[in-house]
Amino acid sequence: MSGVSELVRWDAARLAEGLRAKVVSSEEVVQAHLERIEAVDGPTSGENPDGVHAFLHVDAEGALARARRIDADRAAGAVLGPLAGVPIGVKDVLTTRGMPTTCGSRMLEGWVPPYDATVVRELHGAGLVVLGKTNMDEFAMGSTTEHSAFGPTRNPWDPTRIPGGSGGGSAAALAAFEAPLTIGSDTGGSIRQPAAVTGTVGVKPTYGGVSRYGLVALASSLDQAGPCGRTVLDTALLHAVIAGHDPYDSTSIPEAVPDVVGAARLGAGGDLTGVKVGVVRELSGEGYEPGVLARFTEALDELRAAGAEVVELSLPNIVHALAAYYLILPSEASSNLAKYDGMRYGLRVTPAGDGVTAEQVMRATRAAGFGDEAKRRIILGTYALSAGYYDAYYGSAQKVRTLVQRDFAAAFGQVDVLVSPTAPTTAYRLGEKLDDPLAMYAGDVATIPANLAGIPGMSLPVGLSDGLPVGLQVLAPQQADDRLYRVGAALEARLTATWGGPLLAQVPEWKGLSA
Amino acid sequence: MSTTDVELVDYDEAVAEFDPVLGLEVHVELSTVTKMFSAAPTEFGAAPNTQVDPTSLGLPGALPVLNAKALESAVRIGLALNCTIASYCRFARKNYFYPDMPKNFQTSQYDEPIAYDGWLDVDVPASEDGSKPAFTYRVLIERAHMEEDTGKSLHVGGSTGRIHGAEYSLVDYNRAGIPLIEIVTRPLEGTGDRAPDVARAYVAALRDVLRSLDVSDVKMEQGSLRCDVNLSLRPTPDSPLGTRSETKNVNSLRSVERAVRYEVSRHAAVLRAGERVVQETRHWHEDTGLTTSGREKSDAEDYRYFPEPDLVPITPDPAWVEELRAALPEPPAQRRKRLQAEWGFSDLEMRDTANAGAVDLVEATVAAGASPAGARKWWTGELSRRANAEGVELSALRVGPADVAELQALVEAGTLTDRLAREALDGMLAGEGSAAEVVESRGLAVVSDESALVAAVDAAIAANPGVVEKIRGGKAQAAGALIGAVMKEMRGKADAARVRELVVERVGG
Repeated sequence: MSGVSELVRWDAARLAEGLRAKVVSSEEVVQAHLERIEAVDGPTSGENPDGVHAFLHVDAEGALARARRIDADRAAGAVLGPLAGVPIGVKDVLTTRGMPTTCGSRMLEGWVPPYDATVVRELHGAGLVVLGKTNMDEFAMGSTTEHSAFGPTRNPWDPTRIPGGSGGGSAAALAAFEAPLTIGSDTGGSIRQPAAVTGTVGVKPTYGGVSRYGLVALASSLDQAGPCGRTVLDTALLHAVIAGHDPYDSTSIPEAVPDVVGAARLGAGGDLTGVKVGVVRELSGEGYEPGVLARFTEALDELRAAGAEVVELSLPNIVHALAAYYLILPSEASSNLAKYDGMRYGLRVTPAGDGVTAEQVMRATRAAGFGDEAKRRIILGTYALSAGYYDAYYGSAQKVRTLVQRDFAAAFGQVDVLVSPTAPTTAYRLGEKLDDPLAMYAGDVATIPANLAGIPGMSLPVGLSDGLPVGLQVLAPQQADDRLYRVGAALEARLTATWGGPLLAQVPEWKGLSA
Repeated sequence: MSTTDVELVDYDEAVAEFDPVLGLEVHVELSTVTKMFSAAPTEFGAAPNTQVDPTSLGLPGALPVLNAKALESAVRIGLALNCTIASYCRFARKNYFYPDMPKNFQTSQYDEPIAYDGWLDVDVPASEDGSKPAFTYRVLIERAHMEEDTGKSLHVGGSTGRIHGAEYSLVDYNRAGIPLIEIVTRPLEGTGDRAPDVARAYVAALRDVLRSLDVSDVKMEQGSLRCDVNLSLRPTPDSPLGTRSETKNVNSLRSVERAVRYEVSRHAAVLRAGERVVQETRHWHEDTGLTTSGREKSDAEDYRYFPEPDLVPITPDPAWVEELRAALPEPPAQRRKRLQAEWGFSDLEMRDTANAGAVDLVEATVAAGASPAGARKWWTGELSRRANAEGVELSALRVGPADVAELQALVEAGTLTDRLAREALDGMLAGEGSAAEVVESRGLAVVSDESALVAAVDAAIAANPGVVEKIRGGKAQAAGALIGAVMKEMRGKADAARVRELVVERVGG
């Protein structure tokens, strides 16, 4: 880590403590991260074999100015939030006033929103310093970040491999020490799967637990913004900042947010006596890599050692979740993405010739502006919603969704949390599944059920398989997000002890492909 | 689409040969302060694209939140139309691409309307010549549902103001997201040759109901109440329904009536020629009184409706619905009948009062002490003329019911003649004060000093001996010249009847 401050290795809780004690200033911390981004991330657009390419946009000046303001406020004795002065990266799917928001698409290239997402407003209110916007698959459609119109993000563990997706930028930025915290969004696993393959922590909160206002919609009934960090406690600290009721989002939950930070601190003691953990039979075994299953099994042993009771149970309808998801998601997406037509903002392509109509401009713009994966899903969704097909596709998928919800309700009648591997495989190679969308979709098999059911889920690292991180998923009932943090923190504490330090201490220093 | 070339069939012949069936869809813009799904303002006539926010512009990431006042208005409208209020309903997305739709889908209610299965009794007046009697028709309401309005396109260049042939188009999103209630009738059957009258009477009655609820401006000319007329013909009342046309943009009561007449004549012509009526949208042209073909509308048109995932289902609390029901105003038709009986107005007088939009004003004027007849005379007469001349609503005039009651009291007390009262009204409208103050300041009161009148009469007699001779010779009508002379002398401030008495008395004496 020559030439770059060791500050980037500090986790958010430690940075927060250092800032509070005035051991470091926010300006120093932000400067250190900007230098780290400069050193490893490479240019923010275009093909870049030597960079992580976690960021699509970095606002160095704005971030430094904000950091100085926080420092001045602290010096003046102002009461600041626990994470005030800590830098953060925000997935490019959340609107940021005055800062470009592209959703990884040519369609929105150059668009600067006139308003902040509620999550971003909460970050500002809590004094966090937004460094910039992180890379993602176009409109959050994909599991590899290869579907970003601005080039893929690379996995800091191995630059030839995917960082997961759609929020590969937010996960890679953590693993490459470019930011101690990031915001992601999770429609079918876009926070949890990248966390799993990069050895970081990511949480999809209960649907409605975090405002969706300003979160550019992929599938409204599935989308959920959430916190990403390098530790369970950091993730909890960020969760507490962004969660809560928002009158601008009708689907936002009015009840109080559970005490996730308290749960993380409680769990860090490593004791899970009295906690019942259910292993989902349908989400392990066939189709899961042996290395993934090995780490998962060891993690179950750690849970037992922590005093938890581990039982296996079945959620029979979960096997249909993937099929239902790939009807509901494209259906909603086909409608949500209709607004990108070149009429009001973003890309506009006007065909040559006289007497060009608005409809021709719309066609040309959408043909040029959307990538293949976006087009694939728009076509799929348009078809599924069409008269004559609606009942067979969208209607049936909604019925499956109800059955999946019932399965979870029944399971949570027996256990406190459910666990599974987060993804069937470790990070695969860039390009490996680019021409096989079904193989890519299959990687979401374990994460999708939580989105269909609206329940919260966490992925945390449980070790390496052939030098690549493996993630474990914890699921809890709606509005019981605190359980994720208690169980996650306990497991993290025990595993970290066996590893002799955080897993991310083992990530190789970034050298890019040229090494 | 060849139907525009067909020679129309005379209306009376058409309704003698075919049975018309109507269907009316009325869109009502609610007069909420903010939009259906966001806090953007709703002011009418503001500069383009100033009444907008991220949600009404459909910006990426923006979300809808249902306007509680709009929901309340929707429920009240449903209740006033005798509908059942849904205990659970949702919004849906109606997907289609059009530049004036910010999201390229309209958030509307589809198969789960907030109110359904209602009715409205409509009083259809007798025809002007009295040949067709008045009657009451019960319009069955299929549904009343909530939706958002679209923006407005302005097509520049070309001759028609339509999108085809325009050089470019401008879009104003001020209207996008304005709350609308769409009220849809069931097919109106059995109207026979009175179809145009029923259509007009229904829209008028609906407008009165909405006005009484104070939920909308109901200004057809500004588009806050818009009517689409569906019409089909069939050979006999027993036949299945014919193919309908949907005529849009019918924006006055008179146009509703005319559009129905026109479409009856046009359909009859198509059917007589042995052709099939095309199911299509047609545009009404106020200036020419014609409809022209718009886009063809087939059942294959696919809006890919699905439940709006950004909004939670609506589950109105039954206790709240009952509260709203209990607080509904008296239905306008019922109220009108009650007031007519109380005031002793004839049907014609009551209709004039209603047509002048003066029922509330007359009621308030009577409450302020005026006689019903006196109040009606002012509001439907002189004040209506003044309001028309100024181009304002009656209620926007500078004089209110209390002022009119005071003025009328002065007339009834003999202090003012009708002519003097109109002069007093000039002063009141000019802001010179109350009736009494204007009478005082302008010196308008009738001269009731008998000696002054007698002196003026005697002077006139002395100055016109020839006239006096004629009167004495039996030509009583010659007295007019003397009366005129006296009124001139008194500058009109005399009671002409008393002057006549004095002239007769003193010439004869």
